[in-house]
Amino acid sequence: MEKDKLLIAGKEFTSRLMVGTGKYDDYVLMAKAIEASGAEIVTVAVRRVNISDRSKESLLDHIDLKKYTLLPNTAGCYSAEDAVRTCRLAREAGLSDFVKLEVLGDEKTLFPNNEELLKAAQILVKEGFTVLPYTSDDPIVCKKLQDIGCAAVMPLGAPIGSGLGIRNPYNLRIILESVSVPVIVDAGVGTASDAAIAMELGCDGVLMNTAIAGATDPVAMAEAMNLAVRAGRLAYLAGRIPRKLYATASSPLKGVIE
Amino acid sequence: MKLIKVNGEEKETVSMFVSEFLEELSIDPRPVAIELNREILPKKDYKTTILNDGDQLEIVWFVSGG
Repeated sequence: MEKDKLLIAGKEFTSRLMVGTGKYDDYVLMAKAIEASGAEIVTVAVRRVNISDRSKESLLDHIDLKKYTLLPNTAGCYSAEDAVRTCRLAREAGLSDFVKLEVLGDEKTLFPNNEELLKAAQILVKEGFTVLPYTSDDPIVCKKLQDIGCAAVMPLGAPIGSGLGIRNPYNLRIILESVSVPVIVDAGVGTASDAAIAMELGCDGVLMNTAIAGATDPVAMAEAMNLAVRAGRLAYLAGRIPRKLYATASSPLKGVIE
Repeated sequence: MKLIKVNGEEKETVSMFVSEFLEELSIDPRPVAIELNREILPKKDYKTTILNDGDQLEIVWFVSGG
């Protein structure tokens, strides 16, 4: 486990859990939950500064940038053009090339618009961004994203914020066979076992926000997710036994008293 | 006096440079990124970029998100 690092665009990470910073009641709780999660990559959104009310605290006052890698997202973008603009602004604000690219299809499902996603990814890769795209659990699209030059692919486990878990493990398995870049399940996780399932399938990481921030005790859930991702990874590396329909005795058959 | 559209709101200002305008709005330039007429304005240019009447500014920063 010691040497089992996650490598994204040549950058090494020990933790395979990535967490969002949204939906917390306050920044103090958020910081505690992030700490408990053990995550090294945290996602943030890019939004207009409120011109008329300057009283709001800055998110960055609560995130130690020496400890965490910021992953700005393009949440709320419905076209390649808006997503590309947002990424350029994010790079300027954060001085890093890492972006979580999401181009949404509709407000109800928040499913990706893959056509626009591919378009945006193409432009951003050319401009030198390290692109981590949120995508459907579609092996063909994932392969295309890899071929464009994305540093990872981030298929959804279920709709954003739904907590439905890993709805299509078979697609994830095909994606894992189709691409060589890291596969990070982004969205859909509801509880610890969901994260463990993703990792046991062989995924390289899991990204989540609502499952932690929306839990009754976010700090405890963050710790649960930390353990689940590590447990799932370890189980994957350990190699599980095959599923069999019938029993195999664990105790010797010989020497049973008569 | 010039009229600048900043983050969708119209503002009147006498500020000559972008850096002065930020000061007028009490915005710390360090954590923000700016688009001037839909082009990224690098931080090093805030002090030397002159604002013209009708300019459009987008001033963004990082907020909580997933």
